[in-house]
Amino acid sequence: MASSFREVLKSGKFVITSEIGPPKGTNIEKMLHHIDLLKDKVDALNVTDHQSSIMRFPSIGGCLTIKEQGGEPILQMTCRDRNRLALQAELLFAYTRGIRNVLCLTGDAVLVGDNKAAKGVFDLDSTQLLKTIRQMESGKDSGGNDLDGTVEFCAGAIVTPEAKPIEPQLIKFEKKVEAGAEFFQTQAIYDLDNFGKFTEYARQFPVKILAGIILLVSARMAKYMNENVPGILVPQNLIDELASAPKGEALNRGIEIAGRMIATLEKESICHGVHVMAIGREEMVPDILKAAGLAT
Amino acid sequence: MKSITKQKPFKEIEQQLDGFDRLYIAGCGTCTTMTKTGGREEVLEMRERLQELGKLVTGWIVIPTACDEMTEVAVKENNGAIQNAKCILVMSCALGVHKLSTYIDKPVIPALDTLFIGVEDSPGCFQEVCAQCGQCVLGETAGICPLTACHKGLLNGPCGGTDNGKCEVDKEKDCAWTLIYQRLKEQGRLDLMRKYHPPRDCNVAPRPRTIKIT
Repeated sequence: MASSFREVLKSGKFVITSEIGPPKGTNIEKMLHHIDLLKDKVDALNVTDHQSSIMRFPSIGGCLTIKEQGGEPILQMTCRDRNRLALQAELLFAYTRGIRNVLCLTGDAVLVGDNKAAKGVFDLDSTQLLKTIRQMESGKDSGGNDLDGTVEFCAGAIVTPEAKPIEPQLIKFEKKVEAGAEFFQTQAIYDLDNFGKFTEYARQFPVKILAGIILLVSARMAKYMNENVPGILVPQNLIDELASAPKGEALNRGIEIAGRMIATLEKESICHGVHVMAIGREEMVPDILKAAGLAT
Repeated sequence: MKSITKQKPFKEIEQQLDGFDRLYIAGCGTCTTMTKTGGREEVLEMRERLQELGKLVTGWIVIPTACDEMTEVAVKENNGAIQNAKCILVMSCALGVHKLSTYIDKPVIPALDTLFIGVEDSPGCFQEVCAQCGQCVLGETAGICPLTACHKGLLNGPCGGTDNGKCEVDKEKDCAWTLIYQRLKEQGRLDLMRKYHPPRDCNVAPRPRTIKIT
């Protein structure tokens, strides 16, 4: 990949990112397969950081592999598991190994994961992590001490456009922009009208918005997400559309829906790009992009 | 201020008492009486259960305020029964356990787990409202402490796990930042929520925390 992710964001092209979920264990074959499959089809690949607080192979490990394979990694960093020393140390390491993109997240609560007795650290929050990155770029660590060799990252964050009430989320969004976020990946969105209102508002800020697209594989999954995942709202018409699919066809219907949404987002210039999350079905991402008319 | 406690699982109490056939029980007349974890009634119930196990209870007391210095007097007054025991089972919070351990030269065994320092917001409902961090931000957060009331202790606003004013760890639990937002909005002080809070000094008073009032 010739240009950096930051250059791609600035280029004005419709940006496509996706993500890789590392394994729970040392069997990295599937992860390698997914990286191989997606690295040339998207502009950058996130690697999740113990997503849902499930202990897994680390994000940095997946990112190094993407880099080795010639892809563009986005290092996901949550504040849940490391204090400010460990976070900064990992940023130094990542930089020396050619990783140039970081997504700063607060991180899910330990309690929703599979090591429920662990300590949730949250020494920094996502906004403070963004500020820390910018401070490190100026040559100082978070304690104000000189660095021997600095870093430079394209830093991103997340936002939940469907959260209720929305205003506290927007206040936080603006704090993240001020703290140095250059791009935002959103929580999964399904209601494009509502999302359009958010991007209309976000346009006043010098940041790129990548709409979160989660592949729906069944009506059941859609209902489950509505009931259990904060900030996700799948409208009834999409649930009905999935439910009406012939037996065995729900997944294809989900791919169609995702493709259609991405195509609309691009055609109507609602946002600057998409972040496609297939959660365990990464091999479907090329089909989604094809359905969106974006396959390369 | 109340020290909020919960009785340990009886199995754990039993394990801690393994090898001690004679014991003395001490409750507390203040916090654990109010939370019904170490008042007179609970001490007597514990005595009965331990007797059923074949333990000899040499005596019992409900100390007015176990963490107070007067505890030393109570210990002296009951010295006979205490000396007759091989250990003291304490049904106060850990502050009382600590205090008793400084006056009694015998093993001191906690029967309770100390959960938090809380206030009673409705009868029988205790809530943690202060984590005693040493850097109070309540003036900027409408009197609601985000370090305590937010599960993640976030200082710069809500995480993405909040929805409809509830927290991702418990749909019954209010999101602290939604409460702070609502109250600041009512007060016309939402600008405070836009203010960036830098990372906290976690060592503003290094542990163990001590202070000498002069």
